[in-house]
Amino acid sequence: MMDFINYYFIPGLTLGSIYALGAVGISMIFGILRFAHFAHGDLMTVGAYAALTAVWTLGIPALAAIPIGIVFTCAVALFTDRFFYKPLRDLPTIYTVIASFGVALILRSLIQLVWGTESQVYETGFQKPIILFDVLRIATRHIQIIAATFVIAILLHLFLTYTRTGKSMRAVADDPALASIAGLDPEKIVRWTWIIGASLAAIAGIFVGLDTDVHTNLGWNMLLPMFAAALLGGIGRPLGAIAGGLIIGMAEEICTFPVFGEELISPSYKSAVAFVMMVGLLLFRPQGLFKGRVL
Amino acid sequence: MELAGLFFYLITFLTMAGIYAVLCLALNMQWGFGGLFNAGIAGFYAIGAYAAAIVTSAGSKSHVGGFDLPIIVGLVVAGIIAGLVGWAVARLCVRLKSDYLAIATIGIAEIIRLFIVNEEWLTNGSLGISHIPRPMEDWFVGKPAEIAFALFVWSLVLLTWFVAHRLYISPWGRVLRAIRDNEEAAESIGKDVQSFRTQTFVIGAIFMAVAGALSAHYFKYFSPDATEPILVTFLVWVMLIAGGSGNNKGAILGALVVWGIWSMTEILTSMLPDGMTTRSSYIRMLLIGLFLQFVLQRYRSGLLPERAPKLRI
Amino acid sequence: MTNPILQVAALTAGYGTSSIIHDIDLVVEEKGIVVIVGPNGAGKSTLLKSIFGLTSYFSGDITYENSSLLGISTSSLVPMGISAVPQNNNVFPSLTVAENLDVGTYASAPKNYDQTLSLVLELFPDLKDKLSQPAGELSGGQRQMVAIGRALMSDPRLLLLDEPTAGLSPAYLEKIFDLILQIRDSGISILLVEQNAKQALRIADMGYVLVNGKNGFTDTGTNLLNNDEVRRAFLGGGAPK
Repeated sequence: MMDFINYYFIPGLTLGSIYALGAVGISMIFGILRFAHFAHGDLMTVGAYAALTAVWTLGIPALAAIPIGIVFTCAVALFTDRFFYKPLRDLPTIYTVIASFGVALILRSLIQLVWGTESQVYETGFQKPIILFDVLRIATRHIQIIAATFVIAILLHLFLTYTRTGKSMRAVADDPALASIAGLDPEKIVRWTWIIGASLAAIAGIFVGLDTDVHTNLGWNMLLPMFAAALLGGIGRPLGAIAGGLIIGMAEEICTFPVFGEELISPSYKSAVAFVMMVGLLLFRPQGLFKGRVL
Repeated sequence: MELAGLFFYLITFLTMAGIYAVLCLALNMQWGFGGLFNAGIAGFYAIGAYAAAIVTSAGSKSHVGGFDLPIIVGLVVAGIIAGLVGWAVARLCVRLKSDYLAIATIGIAEIIRLFIVNEEWLTNGSLGISHIPRPMEDWFVGKPAEIAFALFVWSLVLLTWFVAHRLYISPWGRVLRAIRDNEEAAESIGKDVQSFRTQTFVIGAIFMAVAGALSAHYFKYFSPDATEPILVTFLVWVMLIAGGSGNNKGAILGALVVWGIWSMTEILTSMLPDGMTTRSSYIRMLLIGLFLQFVLQRYRSGLLPERAPKLRI
Repeated sequence: MTNPILQVAALTAGYGTSSIIHDIDLVVEEKGIVVIVGPNGAGKSTLLKSIFGLTSYFSGDITYENSSLLGISTSSLVPMGISAVPQNNNVFPSLTVAENLDVGTYASAPKNYDQTLSLVLELFPDLKDKLSQPAGELSGGQRQMVAIGRALMSDPRLLLLDEPTAGLSPAYLEKIFDLILQIRDSGISILLVEQNAKQALRIADMGYVLVNGKNGFTDTGTNLLNNDEVRRAFLGGGAPK
């Protein structure tokens, strides 16, 4: 039982937290700009590498580099929106989907050009896990990641419920045409969507680097489970996306738990779990678990 | 000598462009005719390559295979397997909105890639399959063999074009385009939208597998690296949009032009100073990514736009 | 002609490259109720959407308080004092009623928020105990009230209503027309597109009958109701009761 918690549940929760942070942006962009943003994983990678440079040049720990990663990633997101997505805004959204596919490629090749393709780590050395009650072993980084995600979820909830910008964003996600008629400036909402989506993506990317290592496919590899999480939570439902992320992350880890000495699923097929859950969901409950929009 | 070198460079170019033309025509059936967003082209391409490699190569101790069957059997098996997988995917996913279908097909391609990497008994894992035969190998050797293979590839391009063209002008193709342009209207006149979409997805998947088989025969070696989604899926998308989606001649032209640009970037990046050459492939990716943005913003309907009136995508 | 707040002059507009309405003239006087009626497909909603910058213009002009509205983006009309209520999908379903009303003030804050809110709730007392309920869960009539309420929250000078009674029960119908009169009495000019032509013309200062995208008949509401030709062609079997 303790093995299950230490080696499956906690890592699952950690992975789930990372998916959750990425999925919020995907869900909001899908809800407000109405397109599947294929470059979202690569925004995560951008954040992870921006923080890596800060760690290298300033000698600060990775957690302290988060603000730098956020600012840089937001700038990249706003830049790509301005030059690659905005010109296509009035066309069928599928063009923007294709453009975001291209942006994913552009971002990744730029990262490879600037930082090279070697895997990097923020800090070397073995972190001793914290041992609670003699049996519960949790790595410090796991606590940090899970706690930070929890705090972010609460802040996000407060932002969406109590601020004018938050409520405007929910209104646009509900009905963009009506939002325009009600006088909400769509471009301003779009800007905020990118800022929040990119910030959380940067944090997620840095967390991946903290948990494992920083490499150029870091974000792209997570795109599918993050989409699954966003759909699970219901499109345009950022908090649903957080729940979806946690569920997908846990499912991926727990599926490899040996029951009767036999793993449920070979760990090498872990990433298929998210996909199967996603397709099942799309077929049987397209509005997601928490009643999002069906686009 | 110079001229001969150029000529054989052209043969290599045409061979690869031909393989991409088959992929591009196949994507045109799915996207151009049917409006189905397939972002998992690499998956069907890989199925075709591996099926053909396993069926036609001579024995190997490291994995199942060595059936040593004729190339044509390999092509047929590749098409059948990809068609079946495509059918399963289509049954599950074609009713989804295009964005969702894109996500789902990326997932399918990822699962196919996982399968190929992990099931070593069948695919030899990441080491890949080698000694894949080429058609007409016994008759031609050396340079003539290159020419023969290029002709073989282009005869299949023609075949694919013929099929695509017949489908496009047939009543079936008209219904398909009607569905693409206005699903509700097509449904209201009693057309079974899902089954039309499933059919076009399966036909597209079969030809993608044919292209995969061709490249396995061409390279004589195939490993999971060759199914990198960027190279296959992305380039084919750029080709179709640049060429003109919905237009079969445009699809072939797009394959030629974009493969030409892609090859040119190789020449360009080879002129970079020494320190940069290791990174040249990333520069090429960057350039092709920017090229796509340029096409999307300026030449959306492509070099040869679809001629039939287009209402809505 | 005393004091027009909105003037549509020889307007030809439509969607894409095809025009739906041709050479339309229309005037809304300050604090007046103008009603547009006409058969389905006559271009009533297109005219309203044109004022709201949602169509393509081919010729003519729309002026509001003496400045042209052509080329002005939809979202900048609320700050100018124009609010609109579309026919369908006119509330934000996942937002609560209170939030829906609140959103109405973002583009143009009312002079006194609390006063405006209590005025709106006075007009629509039914909404008072539904404030924390998501608008998507309300009945059609209640949604219509939330939608009109939202439009009023920005203290508009001109209110555009697209068939506010469509699909409502007769009980609500009376209520809505009564409310429109009350809103006008509070000093807001109203442009109303209606299917229920008879009731609507009864409260109208001026009525416009659109026919095939063109001005058909233009007169005061009472005169149109008494016009035999109008009655026979447009008010006959079409309107209930």
